[in-house]
Amino acid sequence: MAFLLEVLIGGLLAGIMYTMVALGFVLIYKASGVFNFAQGAMVLFAALTFVTLSEHGLAFPWALAASVAVMLALGVTIERVVLRPLVNAAPMALFLATLGLAFVLEGFAQLIYGTQVHGLELGISDAPIRSLPIEVSKLDLFAAGVAAALVAALGVLFQTTRAGVGLRAVADDPVAAVAVGLDLQRLWAIAWGGAGVVALVAGLLWGARVGVQFSLSLVVLKALPVLIIGGFSSIGGVIAGGLIVGASEKLAEVYVGSHVGGGIETWFPYVLAVGFLIARPTGLFGERLVERV
Amino acid sequence: MSSNATAWPSSSDVNEAAASTSRPLRQTLRIAAFILCAGAVVSLPFLVTDYVLSAILVPVLALALAGTGQNLVTGYAGQLSVGSAAFMSVGAFATYDAHLHVPGIPLLAAFVCGGLAAALTGVFFGLPSLRIRGFYLVVSTLAAQFFVEWLFTKVGWFSDYSPSGVITAPPLAVAGFDLSSPGGHYWLSLLVVAPLVALGRNLVRGRVGRAWMAVRDMETAAAVVGVRTGRAKLLAFGVGSFYCGIAGALWAFAYLGTVESHGLDLDRSFQVLFIVILGGLGSVAGPFIGAAFVILLPILLDQVGSAIVGGSVDPGLLQNVEKIVFGALVILLLIKQPAGMARLFYIASIRIGRWRARPA
Amino acid sequence: MNDSAPLLEVQDVSLSFDGVRALDRVGFDVRGGEVCAIIGPNGAGKSSLLNVVSGLYRAGAGSVRFEGREISRAKELSALGIARTFQNLALFRGMSVLENIELGSDFRGRATFLEQAFRLGRAPREERRSRDDAREILALLEIAKHKSEIVGRLPYGLQKRVELGRALAPRPKLLLLDEPMAGMTFDEKRDMCRFIIHAHERLGTTLVLIEHDLGVVMDLSDHVIVLDHGRKIADGTAEAVRNDPAVIEAYVGNFLD
Repeated sequence: MAFLLEVLIGGLLAGIMYTMVALGFVLIYKASGVFNFAQGAMVLFAALTFVTLSEHGLAFPWALAASVAVMLALGVTIERVVLRPLVNAAPMALFLATLGLAFVLEGFAQLIYGTQVHGLELGISDAPIRSLPIEVSKLDLFAAGVAAALVAALGVLFQTTRAGVGLRAVADDPVAAVAVGLDLQRLWAIAWGGAGVVALVAGLLWGARVGVQFSLSLVVLKALPVLIIGGFSSIGGVIAGGLIVGASEKLAEVYVGSHVGGGIETWFPYVLAVGFLIARPTGLFGERLVERV
Repeated sequence: MSSNATAWPSSSDVNEAAASTSRPLRQTLRIAAFILCAGAVVSLPFLVTDYVLSAILVPVLALALAGTGQNLVTGYAGQLSVGSAAFMSVGAFATYDAHLHVPGIPLLAAFVCGGLAAALTGVFFGLPSLRIRGFYLVVSTLAAQFFVEWLFTKVGWFSDYSPSGVITAPPLAVAGFDLSSPGGHYWLSLLVVAPLVALGRNLVRGRVGRAWMAVRDMETAAAVVGVRTGRAKLLAFGVGSFYCGIAGALWAFAYLGTVESHGLDLDRSFQVLFIVILGGLGSVAGPFIGAAFVILLPILLDQVGSAIVGGSVDPGLLQNVEKIVFGALVILLLIKQPAGMARLFYIASIRIGRWRARPA
Repeated sequence: MNDSAPLLEVQDVSLSFDGVRALDRVGFDVRGGEVCAIIGPNGAGKSSLLNVVSGLYRAGAGSVRFEGREISRAKELSALGIARTFQNLALFRGMSVLENIELGSDFRGRATFLEQAFRLGRAPREERRSRDDAREILALLEIAKHKSEIVGRLPYGLQKRVELGRALAPRPKLLLLDEPMAGMTFDEKRDMCRFIIHAHERLGTTLVLIEHDLGVVMDLSDHVIVLDHGRKIADGTAEAVRNDPAVIEAYVGNFLD
């Protein structure tokens, strides 16, 4: 029983991390209506920036601040150069463009920063906490805590700040948003800049757990099942989606994976997402899409 | 009217080039040109080096075939799929296993087995398209990609329990002709790819192709007009995956000489998708242009890099530069010319035609 | 073409969206060979009615029968011999004019995909027949010179004509037209009228059309149905309807609202 609980909690903690990564996607989906395939590359780029700056002697707070600045700039640039010209394109074209963007960013990141694996030290050990009845690593708890805080902060921002409300309006009906006088350019810049910062936080936390390496960008793909299950539109949905994916993935790996040689985590969340979509084509919390003829 | 939304080329579009010559003469010229081209293509092994055959022509043909399959699913039927490498993998392993377990099976029959296995896989992972529309569908082929990679790594039977997971391809021979030389590999590829592309062209120009494009352009209206949308989608996945499966068999047998699933990962799927975007979604020649580009660019970069640096360039560096170039090209093409390079060539040929037709 | 039994029977059809009554017990008959117009002020439920008849919306109550058989789903339409056009154009924008029109009669094709790939069996014959049928429509609608152009790039008036062509391709028994002349210039309207009449006479198709231009309606139709706020308020010949006080009230009343 304790084992089950451990696995479950481990899964939930991973789930919170997924949620945080998924939020970056949500920001961009709300602003530009596209699933930003390049989010993973942005995570990698952010982590590499921070790590390289640290390794060159910059103290933690300065490295962090510089990385934030870089990611903000990157986000805004991407919005300007790639998204703006494609503002009227078909959704498929937009998605393919973010795919191209992912390649550009990955190539760029590894070109500038090199391809070796970097360790990332946040000053918190990965050792399990002894005092609890089950084994949970300090780092995992810390990561979950930061992620939860970020999620909460974004949730509050969406509801209370003008930018947040503006983004929700744009996501709902871009034409009406313009009619009401919202500055779309500014909102897009904020969303993409924000996604860049989320990518940085995600990069740092994931990097501390698994090291900063290329596979980071693949991990981020897991955000897709999270968003499919939880829907793209509500923070609550994203949290639920993240927890479901994290927990089910770990449970499946332990209880089913052990019989078939392990490694199920690579595909299980996607199959789960397909199952959800077949039952509910618009996701658990998503809105029903009506095609008008 | 936004040019982005209307730039899908139609199959009859490409044929309607301006021609001032009379019909029978045009017909004769066309046949003559075709025979000449066919002759040139077939006799290439006598004209180019082994290196060009093995490192450029064969992989281009294999990837172009995969691209053709991807094109049917995504370019014509509009179903987003990122699983082409998985289907290639299934084709490669199925071909190998057919050859291994059915003694004396002709090579081409083994290839067909590979294609059929891939087709079944494709239809299976394409089933969700009956319920799921648009972007979300990508999860299904993503699942296919990761699942297939996992399956072939974990279940040893497929690779004949080889301890290293690597298996060598059997010697190639068709109808008694030994095809194990680089020229032979090339002819095998040609023998397989050319008819498949011709068949695909016929499909695309007829009822099936129209049904696919209707599903792509407006699915609800397609249903009203009597198109069986479910059937059309599954057929696209089936035929497209069949092509990918055979492409995978070629990739393994005629190019690499081995079957390994790690070279047919998500990155490869993206590469095939890029081939189709670069070449032009919904164009028959597009995948060839895209594949040529994908294979030639790294070689070109290597030459240029060596020339600049004056020695050999770190392959890792080259790979990253390639990534950047491909990604940037994809973005650029999507912004400027969504119909891809095939359309650029077509437009260029029209312009050249007009320029040459100007009165002296 | 004028049988004793009506071709299309709409019986007590009701439809609601989220509590809003779009159609309220609407019923009428359409006889074979006639031209029937559905008119009414904006929001009267005309498009909804057509969508129910063509199986795109499911009625909350009532039924629609074609040649005595009940229609329920849109995908049955072609086989039954019913075709329609849409108010907002539902063309396949990435395909050429010829391809769009050929699609109209594609549902009849029996050749399997293998036959088509190898150009064997029934495939070449069907393909030729499809192209010839489409060419006839192209000539009828005077768009032959545009046959290879991509539909998405054509001007609006021509697109409307292509959509009509696609609907006519299978030589349907019943043609449902949702505002076939909306957004057209005077000349385009006149041409469209000509084509519709021509199609009706040449192909013997029964027409049901939603139309706002009352002049067109009075000229073309044998039978007029007037809807207002989801209810049928008049049903008869053009003359009878024109002088019906309830109809006048509906139009003027709406104007004064």
